[in-house]
Amino acid sequence: MTILDELETRRAAARAGGGARRVDAQHGKGKLTARERIELLLDEESFEEFDMFVAHRATDFGMQMERPAGDGVVTGWGTVNGRLVYVFSQDFTVFGGSLSETHAQKICKIMDMAIQNGAPVIGLNDSGGARIQEGVASLAGYAEVFQRNILASGVVPQISVIMGPCAGGAVYSPAMTDFIFMVEDTSYMFVTGPEVVRTVTNEVVSAEDLGGAATHTKKSSVADGAFGNDVEALAEIRRLIDFLPLSNREMPPVRPFYDDPGRIEPSLDTLVPTNPNQPYDMKELILKIADEGDFFEIQKDFAGNIVTGFIRLEGSTVGVVANQPMVLAGCLDIDSGRKAARFVRFCDAFEIPILTLVDVPGFLPGVSQEHSGIIKHGAKLLYAYGEATVPKVTLITRKAYGGAYVVMASKHLRGDFNYAWPTAEIAVMGAKGAVEILYRDARGDADKTAEKTREYEDNFANPFRAAERGFIDEVIQPHSTRKRVARAFSSLRTKRLQNPWKKHDNLPL
Amino acid sequence: MFKKILIANRGEIACRVIKTAKRMGIATVAVYSDADAEALHVRLADEAVHIGPPPANQSYIVIDRILDAVRATGAEAVHPGYGFLSENPKFAAALAAEGIAFIGPPQGAIEAMGDKITSKKIAAEAGVSTVPGYMGLIADADEAVKIAGEIGYPVMIKASAGGGGKGMRIAWDDTQAREGFQSSKNEAAASFGDDRIFIEKFVTQPRHIEIQVLCDGHGTGLYLGERECSIQRRNQKVIEEAPSPFLDEATRKAMGEQAVALAQAVGYTSAGTVEFIVDGEKNFYFLEMNTRLQVEHPVTELITGIDLVEQMIRVANGETLSLTQDDIVLTGWALESRVYAEDPYRGFLPSIGRLTRYRPPAEVAEATRAVRNDTGVFEGGEISMFYDPMIAKLCTWAPDRAAALEEMRIALDAFELEGIGHNLPFLSAVMDHEKFAAGDITTAFIAEEYPDGFEGVTLPEPELRRVAASAAAMHRVAEIRRTRVSGRMDNHERKVGSDWHVTLGGAAYDVTIDARPGGARVTFADGTAHEVEGSWTPGDTLAEMSVDGAPLVLKVDKITSGFRLRTRGSDLEVKIRTPRHAELARLMPEKLPPDTSKYLLCPMPGLIVKIDVAVGDEVQDGQALCTIEAMKMENILRAERKGVVKTIYAETGDSLGVDDVILEFE
Repeated sequence: MTILDELETRRAAARAGGGARRVDAQHGKGKLTARERIELLLDEESFEEFDMFVAHRATDFGMQMERPAGDGVVTGWGTVNGRLVYVFSQDFTVFGGSLSETHAQKICKIMDMAIQNGAPVIGLNDSGGARIQEGVASLAGYAEVFQRNILASGVVPQISVIMGPCAGGAVYSPAMTDFIFMVEDTSYMFVTGPEVVRTVTNEVVSAEDLGGAATHTKKSSVADGAFGNDVEALAEIRRLIDFLPLSNREMPPVRPFYDDPGRIEPSLDTLVPTNPNQPYDMKELILKIADEGDFFEIQKDFAGNIVTGFIRLEGSTVGVVANQPMVLAGCLDIDSGRKAARFVRFCDAFEIPILTLVDVPGFLPGVSQEHSGIIKHGAKLLYAYGEATVPKVTLITRKAYGGAYVVMASKHLRGDFNYAWPTAEIAVMGAKGAVEILYRDARGDADKTAEKTREYEDNFANPFRAAERGFIDEVIQPHSTRKRVARAFSSLRTKRLQNPWKKHDNLPL
Repeated sequence: MFKKILIANRGEIACRVIKTAKRMGIATVAVYSDADAEALHVRLADEAVHIGPPPANQSYIVIDRILDAVRATGAEAVHPGYGFLSENPKFAAALAAEGIAFIGPPQGAIEAMGDKITSKKIAAEAGVSTVPGYMGLIADADEAVKIAGEIGYPVMIKASAGGGGKGMRIAWDDTQAREGFQSSKNEAAASFGDDRIFIEKFVTQPRHIEIQVLCDGHGTGLYLGERECSIQRRNQKVIEEAPSPFLDEATRKAMGEQAVALAQAVGYTSAGTVEFIVDGEKNFYFLEMNTRLQVEHPVTELITGIDLVEQMIRVANGETLSLTQDDIVLTGWALESRVYAEDPYRGFLPSIGRLTRYRPPAEVAEATRAVRNDTGVFEGGEISMFYDPMIAKLCTWAPDRAAALEEMRIALDAFELEGIGHNLPFLSAVMDHEKFAAGDITTAFIAEEYPDGFEGVTLPEPELRRVAASAAAMHRVAEIRRTRVSGRMDNHERKVGSDWHVTLGGAAYDVTIDARPGGARVTFADGTAHEVEGSWTPGDTLAEMSVDGAPLVLKVDKITSGFRLRTRGSDLEVKIRTPRHAELARLMPEKLPPDTSKYLLCPMPGLIVKIDVAVGDEVQDGQALCTIEAMKMENILRAERKGVVKTIYAETGDSLGVDDVILEFE
């Protein structure tokens, strides 16, 4: 055997992972192998593997007898539509993908390179947890990864795809990345599993109910989205990467587009119903503003009263935050506040301009909201908008009431362009509520109440009071929204704005 | 000529009348209810008058409201359209009393033809062929059996005031005749407050063919050929055509002359329609006369070149028809598809809501083809629950039936309609149905050919290949665009390959794409190749392609690794992957859609107003389970079968989306 042949033999052994039997078992569970997943994630033949021959150095429990090349994780770099990304993909067929000291070192190596070279890190998680045989060395490995997650945060986009088990300490690496996606039926995440839960709290729960994709996308909001299987998930991650800048040193990507930036949408003139209490679907507006109707939604299944996600305008990425009148009348609450705040901060960290579409009747009233801390959670979104220095274009379609008006990227929070449709109502509250407070003595007097309500509506149920003060820059026709918004962002490409120097901020957590 | 007319109607027919009036230089007045304040007919008219709240019985059919509008605007004539007040003799009389012209027949003609029994008598006296039957009142079941025996079975037992299938029974023997008489009578009394019943011969292999007549007030009466309207669903016409593929010239002439004779017997003026039922032997029998403009009149206009609305206006103005029977030449073939806001996949349930997308095919009028679309809606408009669910009447014309049919197939494929459920896929399916294509139809066509409802179309293999070839070419274009994103590594760009694996509708194909200017040659693994051309670019929702020179029109939605494509009534999820990705995709388990039979799912986006049951309750078939408020309407969801409530997932006040789980049964 020549030396050249030996390389190929060694490579073949490494690529075989845990062997045919374990690969079949992985497939049998409806999961792909670590390398197959990378093939789906990256451009064809673009993957270059690092540390293929790394093996662990543990000797306890007879571990020295089994030292597979690669040590349960495949790492390296490649491209997504020609753009550089770093990737690690845990190999469940080798030691159950468990994390050892060397396994962690491999991940850390590509994370260091990603930070240095300014490219996203994509982690494909499929691991039984810590390599118990290594004890504290394995825990140290997790900690090294965590530290890098923290340092990389806001420097390069970090995306986690949970494609199998992810339990115990392992969850905290994905938890600190920018986005977590899960695969339905084959992935779960929890700090302590169902057995421990049963022992400690007597709660009987399945792994799926405790930490499956449905739980984390709908209830806990730990995950930002879920996909039907590995193949669908990785195709959609590629789609997401197409929207994201490679790092905080780069501007969001631009690609050729086939949609007239001046496109007129007459149907938007009738989007807002005549009845102020009738809901309408804000997503229709998003899709009709976006290039080619292409919208990548983040946290679709959580806090539906606010919609977040990415679109493109003139080929360039824009983050959208929109109140959704279809759910809870579009009001702000703890969940929607947290969801949108995190999204706004992601956009600001990576220079992605933000489009805010406002139809908000206020904050959700209620004992549970107050007791759960709506004050601080609501403040998160206020804070995130106020701190953001990226281009901010805001459009009020209908209601913008009270404190929620201020929160939703108002002029007062350094909104660059604050547009309103003629149907906008910018006021402290709805007319009915205002009259009840202003004219307490008129209670029970239906005629007077009606008269005063009309008076209040005439005065405040329009965008012009705000426009008189310059809080609204321009009242625009709904049909020309795409054109106006696209032009606004176009004019903001050269925006420069800096916050005062600080070590870091103190967001109300 | 009138200076100003009022159209006492809404929707497409109001728009249709306005169009002709404008062309004739006549000012138009629209009327509208609260629900129609922003409707198209209001936008098109020169003036518009509000006439009341949404329900028609408080607006469009309140004679006084219309009269007020006429007086307020000084309109000299009123066109009633169809439905509403169009066949109400009191309305015609009220207008006459005010000295306002009614653009329709005289009151007497409306009255004469308004009652089924009376109209049949008059028809028989005028020498019109009528269905053998007994016209008089039938005292009891014994007499009904006797009469039925004289006519000869099968017989149809019908309520005099009936319509829409109510109070109608078919009897094949004495027992059925006895039972049918009693139940028809009961139903008629309950539904119409009029229990008069008559019996007639039941016609087998029936076709619905009607004659368009046009009469002036000076003794001229013409017939403008026939329309075949046999494609009906529960007596609601769906597809019409002119001429009929069944009639010969002799039958047409006989029917036409009898129709005119009937019209003249009642002193008819204006446009009217005499409906016949025609059996398999081309025997035709008078059904009824519609004393108004018919919904399906455009097909007659397309083959005669005559604007019926214009003629109606002229006749109402007292003019003499400038046409003779010899001027009526039927040229080519016209088809009409009624596009309804009805979801064919859910038992044709009416669907209401906002038209988020409404892009009908472009209208054309050329020497060898025409596309016409009569509509009363626009993108962003609302389909409301108050009125007829018809969205548009899509018509095509060509020199012969096969060509008109092909035009219709393409026009239906190019009709973009989103936001509500609609019957476009069903219409496409009928156009591709062998029997329909052959003209081999009866009024039972839909009931017989789609006995279990409509479940979508499965495209035949050659058609699937054409779609697969187009999808592959389109996908390649979209993928190449993705590689042109900024920030890529120079000189190490992604190369988009030419080998692809396409899956759709249960089929899978390996194809190789050879890009050409303006298109691609797509070669399948078996060696067959298709030339695909088209100007589709990413984001286009309509792909007007050509495969081997033949048109293929696809409605396009982007999905992961491919497209959702709709064409010819089919709805396909098309995945286009590299051969390697396809190989990996095949390892993915097939996920069966979850069994939802044990769940109560939310049928529409809405708010839970009330939950009527508790966990452990045993519920009966039809029992109310919960109330959902959607579009300001309360909808009660009922149990479809007996069961015990296991878990309730939703709470009062919850806002749910379509198919969200409300509760689960054991």
